[in-house]
Amino acid sequence: MPHAPADAVKALRYKQNNDSMSNEDQLLEEVTGSDYKYGFYTDIESDKAPNGLNEDIIRFISAKKNEPEWMLDWRLDAFRKWEKMTEPDWANIHYPKPDFQAISYYSAPKQKKTLDSLDEVDPELLKTFEKLGISLDEQKRLTGVAMDVVVDSVSVATTFKKTLAEKGIIFCAISEAIQEHPELVKKYLGTVVPKSDNFYAALNSAVFTDGSFCYIPKGVKCPMELSTYFRINEAGTGQFERTLLIADEDSYVSYLEGCTAPTRDENQLHAAVVELIALDDAEIKYSTVQNWYPGDKNGKGGVFNFVTKRGICERNAKISWTQVETGSAVTWKYPSCILKGENSIGEFYSVAVTNNYQQADTGTKMIHLGKNTKSTIISKGICAGKSNGSYRGLVKIGPRAENARNFSQCDSLLMGSSCGSHTFPYIETQNKTAKVEHEATTSKIGEDQIFYCNQRGIGEEEAIALIVNGYCKDVLNQLPMEFAVEAQKLLAISLEGSVG
Amino acid sequence: MLKISNLHAGIDGTEILKGIDLEIKAGEVHAIMGPNGSGKSTLSSVVAGREDYEVTQGHIDFEGEDLMDLAPEERAHKGVFLSFQYPIEIPGVTVTNFLKTSINETRKAQGLEPMPANVMLKKMREKMSLLEMDKGFLSRSLNEGFSGGEKKRNEIFQMAMLEPKLAILDETDSGLDIDALRIVANGVNKLKNKNNAVLLITHYQRLLDYIVPDFVHVLYKGKIVKSGDKNLALELEERGYDWIKEEQPA
Repeated sequence: MPHAPADAVKALRYKQNNDSMSNEDQLLEEVTGSDYKYGFYTDIESDKAPNGLNEDIIRFISAKKNEPEWMLDWRLDAFRKWEKMTEPDWANIHYPKPDFQAISYYSAPKQKKTLDSLDEVDPELLKTFEKLGISLDEQKRLTGVAMDVVVDSVSVATTFKKTLAEKGIIFCAISEAIQEHPELVKKYLGTVVPKSDNFYAALNSAVFTDGSFCYIPKGVKCPMELSTYFRINEAGTGQFERTLLIADEDSYVSYLEGCTAPTRDENQLHAAVVELIALDDAEIKYSTVQNWYPGDKNGKGGVFNFVTKRGICERNAKISWTQVETGSAVTWKYPSCILKGENSIGEFYSVAVTNNYQQADTGTKMIHLGKNTKSTIISKGICAGKSNGSYRGLVKIGPRAENARNFSQCDSLLMGSSCGSHTFPYIETQNKTAKVEHEATTSKIGEDQIFYCNQRGIGEEEAIALIVNGYCKDVLNQLPMEFAVEAQKLLAISLEGSVG
Repeated sequence: MLKISNLHAGIDGTEILKGIDLEIKAGEVHAIMGPNGSGKSTLSSVVAGREDYEVTQGHIDFEGEDLMDLAPEERAHKGVFLSFQYPIEIPGVTVTNFLKTSINETRKAQGLEPMPANVMLKKMREKMSLLEMDKGFLSRSLNEGFSGGEKKRNEIFQMAMLEPKLAILDETDSGLDIDALRIVANGVNKLKNKNNAVLLITHYQRLLDYIVPDFVHVLYKGKIVKSGDKNLALELEERGYDWIKEEQPA
């Protein structure tokens, strides 16, 4: 059983956000400013590939993962395609281009065996857990201390895993799926985001090491929200994550992706690929709260987040993307829907916050191919400090998409006068019966609003949180309850001190 | 309760209030009247602590404490309430959520636990029936798409929920039709007791038919130039402000 502290920390952060922060801590934090909250750095030895990228490195990764030949060939093909591609520069973001030969593409924690007690766990990791306020049992589970020796602590995760298995739901690491369910992986991997789709998708296809795989069988409604938190025993915060989610006919799943990376994330570049497949009558709800390190107040450091997320809807299927993005120094991300089947529905609900020197170029693509397809886009941008936020969206109605309909609403909220907000909506229709509506607004948090709140006893920070949450309500309402609470807190934290 | 002495205040270097003296005791209702531009709204904003206004001279004491040192929210926590002439819209924030935040932030500042949800709901229902408001009101976005009358009624509803010591009602009568005016005034009268006080700011006598003031002050060019009882308001209604203006030294 491989155990990965990185994933453990990620899961813990998620947990910590939810329940263990006392009012006093919050107050203290408000008083001391808004430095990155999850800035713990845990120094753990890891098993690392040498820097650089070539076919040998890909062979190394594939061998480390003990992959079958077809997977290696797939990666090599992606790598050869990537080599011929150039990094895109059309987005409204500016950053130093990463040196792809200076990155190590494989890093796995050395510690892998199941331990007998916490004494055997790396003390650095335990310290991190302590800072996050994690119970001893959880620590044991997350560090891979064999749980069956602790009689009265049935871990949540184990229980969940059992429930899932009873329904025939597969939820595991992508590397495990390659071993255990090769027929499903082979059939669907790269079908929504082809290897050559774009520069970062090609890179991801060549070198991905981690991520989730999920399969919901025909007619099954997944009884709980699936979250990486419950995907035990597997590494997660990979630099190049790959997620493949298949909802078979007439099934339903809600998937939560939460990320808050430690400040000292040595992986500055993140290029994930997420593929969703919703077969006939299936529904997938995919929610993300992203809080990766945005860099400091002067724009130093921070994660570059170049993500390709796309889903395909067959007949009567529905895919709904909801995202709350407060992190990363540079974000390039367009969760999209290909509405292939008749009557299929695509939705995109997004809140993107940029503060200080953050830059985000994000939006969605709704590709209507089938008849009577419908899509909704609600995008809420919030810009503060010296940041730059752009909405970039494409609504495309194909020639056979009779009666396709789209409604888009793109709002921007500006805080202060040094930030920038941009909207790039593209509409291409090849069918006369299409109905496409686009609405856009730009507003500022007014001093009047703040004073009104003040007069009712609500201080400035609280007032901003209240106003911003109101502004984002249509998106936050789409999130599962516990995620919505976390998202609200994140919004408040990332905007602290940005008015005044 | 409130003691304003020699208050001078202005905005962007222009002096608007030029030496106001006013004392309001618990249990009293005061009305400030005056022509447009006399400084009525400036006075309410300064007492509430709006930062755009600069106080150049004088003091505002509230329950023996100097208000000048306190931020607007701290003044609110002490029990100063301002019913806005033009209530502000906050899209996406429901009346309930706003009130909950307001009440609990105030309680927090006073060292109290948050108000239990059932207690709050009960109180909301009670105060809504007092002001003859519809329940659907609670789940609407704060002031967004409210009619003028609804906005004013919502201000008084908040006042009823927060139970301030001093309520300043800035032109609460404007935008209200006669029925709504009666309901709002009736609400204010019911909330009135010997421990709190009301400062009405108005152009017109008609509000004072419903909320009867103990004292009426006329504000003109940044000063209180005349004070009297409710009969002064009647006189103003009859004669207008010109005679007051004429009485002033040029």
